Amino acid sequence: MSDNAAVKQLDEDVVEETPVEETEENTGNGSSGKGISRWEYTKREMKQKWAGYVMVGPFLLMFTVFTILPVFVSFLLSFTNFNMLELPEFAMFDNYIRLFLEDDLFLTAFQNTMIFAITTGPLSYILSFLLAWFINELAPKIRSLVTFIFYGPSISGSAYLVWKLIFQGDIYGLANGLLMKMGLITKPIVFFQDTTYIVPLCIIVAIWTSLGTAFLSFIAGLQGVDKSLYEAGAVDGVRNRWQELWYITLPSMKSILMFGAVLAITGAFGFGGVVNNLCGNPSTDYVAWTLQHHMADYLNARYEVGYASCISIVLFFLMFGSNLLIKNALGKVGR
Amino acid sequence: MKKLRTRKHSVVLNRSVGGDTVITVVLCIFGIFMFSPTYYLIITAFKPIGEMFLTPPNFYVIRPTMQNFIDLFASMTSTWVPLSRYIFNTIYISLGATVGCLIIGSMAAYAISKVRFPGYNVVFQLIVYSLMISSTVTGIAHFLVFVALKWLNTYTISIVPMWASTLGLYLMKNFIDSNVPDSMIEAARIEGCSEFRIYLTIVMPLVKPAWLTLMITVFQNVWNVGASSYVYSENLKTFDNAINSIISASGTQGAGSAAAVIMMSVPIIVFIITQSQIVETMGSSGMKD
Repeated sequence: MSDNAAVKQLDEDVVEETPVEETEENTGNGSSGKGISRWEYTKREMKQKWAGYVMVGPFLLMFTVFTILPVFVSFLLSFTNFNMLELPEFAMFDNYIRLFLEDDLFLTAFQNTMIFAITTGPLSYILSFLLAWFINELAPKIRSLVTFIFYGPSISGSAYLVWKLIFQGDIYGLANGLLMKMGLITKPIVFFQDTTYIVPLCIIVAIWTSLGTAFLSFIAGLQGVDKSLYEAGAVDGVRNRWQELWYITLPSMKSILMFGAVLAITGAFGFGGVVNNLCGNPSTDYVAWTLQHHMADYLNARYEVGYASCISIVLFFLMFGSNLLIKNALGKVGR
Repeated sequence: MKKLRTRKHSVVLNRSVGGDTVITVVLCIFGIFMFSPTYYLIITAFKPIGEMFLTPPNFYVIRPTMQNFIDLFASMTSTWVPLSRYIFNTIYISLGATVGCLIIGSMAAYAISKVRFPGYNVVFQLIVYSLMISSTVTGIAHFLVFVALKWLNTYTISIVPMWASTLGLYLMKNFIDSNVPDSMIEAARIEGCSEFRIYLTIVMPLVKPAWLTLMITVFQNVWNVGASSYVYSENLKTFDNAINSIISASGTQGAGSAAAVIMMSVPIIVFIITQSQIVETMGSSGMKD
C-alpha cells in the first residue's frame, strides 16, 4: 500500500488513468464471475454510488449555467449580428472576416495581448514557483511573514494604484523626483501617457500583483511533498538541491504545477483591468489596447454583441491552445 | 562519504552554503521589490499635506498624521447611501458566496475524488478545461443568462455565480486526493458509514487547509471586485465601490492612499489569521499507512 501511495505521488498523471483501468479490471472480474455485461456493471455501480451524483449535482447545475452554456452561446452568437434589441441575425463568417481582414485595431489588440501574455505569464509563473520553493525551507514564522509580503500585493485589490503615485506624471511623483534629483531628466515624464513607458510599466505592475493563488498553492504543495522521498533521493545519489528539485519536488507536485500554469495563462490573456486604471481607457495611441479592451468596447459602447462574441472566441482559442501546449510541456518534467 | 550539513541540530540533505546565500539574496531583492510599493502607500497615507509636495518625496514620514483618514471618514459620511449599507452588502455577499462555494464545491470535490461514481472523470476533465477559460470569455453570455433569469440588479447576481467557482473545487479535489487516504474512507464504508457522513465527519476536518484557502480566495474576490457589474442601484453595491468613488472624487494623494490602505488592510488581516491555521493544519493530516 505504501509503495502504491509513493508511486501515485511520484506520478500524478497516473491518477487520471488508474480509475479507468480499475473499472475495466472490475468489469473483467464481474463478467467472468457472474456473467454481467460492462454496461450492466456500470448501471449497478451507478445505483450503488447514487450519493456521488447527489453531491456533484448542485455544482454541475451551476457549472452548466455559468460556464458551459455561456461558452456555447458566445460561440453561436459569434456567427450572428446581434444588438441585444432585435433577434440575432445569422451572418456566417462575416464577423471573423471583418475581424481578421478589416479591423486594424484588432491586430494591434491581438499583438499587445500576445506581448503581455508572453511576458507576464511565464515570468509570473516561474517567479511564483521559485519564490515558493525558496521560502519553503525557511523557519515557519519567517516563512509566513515572507509569504505575506509576496502575497500581499495580489490580495489587496486596488493597492497597485500605488504605482500611480510612484510614477506620477508631475514633479511630486517618486520616480520623477528621484530622476530629477540625480539630474537624469530636466522635466517630469508623464509615465502613464508616454508610449515608450506604458507597456513596460504595465508589465511590471502586472508581475507585482501576480503572485496570487498559484503562489499560495505552490507553497501548500511544496509543504505536502513527502519528506521521506528526499531522504530516499539522497541515498540514491541526488547530489544537490537542483537535482532534488528536478527529480523529486517537481514530479511530486505536477498537478499543482499544471494548476498554476492554467491560472498564469488565463490571467495573462485576461490582462486589461490594470491598464484601464493606470493609463486610462483607451491608453495613449492604443499602445496597451488588448483583446479584452477591444471586446468590452464592442460590447458596452457599440452593442455589437455578435462581433464581441467573435473576439471572445478568439481569446478562448488562444487560452485553450496555450494551455494544451503547457500541459504537454509539463508532461516532460522530471523525465 | 558526503559531509552532512545541519541546521539547528538537524541534518539537512543536499544543501550547500553557497546555494543558501544565493537564495537569501534573491529573496531579499524580490522582497524589497514586492514590499516597497506597499510601504510607500502606507507612508503616503500618514503624510501631512506639507510633506506631500516635496521633490523628491521622502521615503519616510517626519510628522505622521491621521488627518488623511479623518478627511476620508468625513467624506464617507456624506455619501448618498449610508456607508454602513455598503459594508453590510460586502459582508452579506462575501458570506453568501463563501458559504455556498464551500458547501457546493467541497461536496462535489469529495464525490469526484472519493466516491468515483461512473462518469466522474468526465466531470473532472470538464472542470479542468473550464479553468482555462477566463471570465472575459463567458462574460457576454452571462449577461444574457442574467436577463433570462431576471436577476439583474439583485443580490443574487453577485452571489450565485460565485458558487460555480471551479477554482475552489479543483483545489479542494487535489487536496482530498493527496491528504485523505483511500483506506480511511474504505474503513468507514465497511463500518456502514454513509457517504454524506464520511464527507462531513472524516474528510472535511482533514482538508481544513483546503477550505481555508478556498475561503480566502472567494472572500478576497468579493472584497476586491465587489458586486457584479450588472448591479445598478447604489443600495446593492459594495464597500469597494464606495471607496473607489471617494478616491476618484477627492483626487488628493492623501485621502486616496488612506482609502487604499483601508481597502487592503482587511484582506491582509483575514489572510494573516487564516494563514497561521493553514501552516498549522498542513502538517497534521493524520493516519499514515
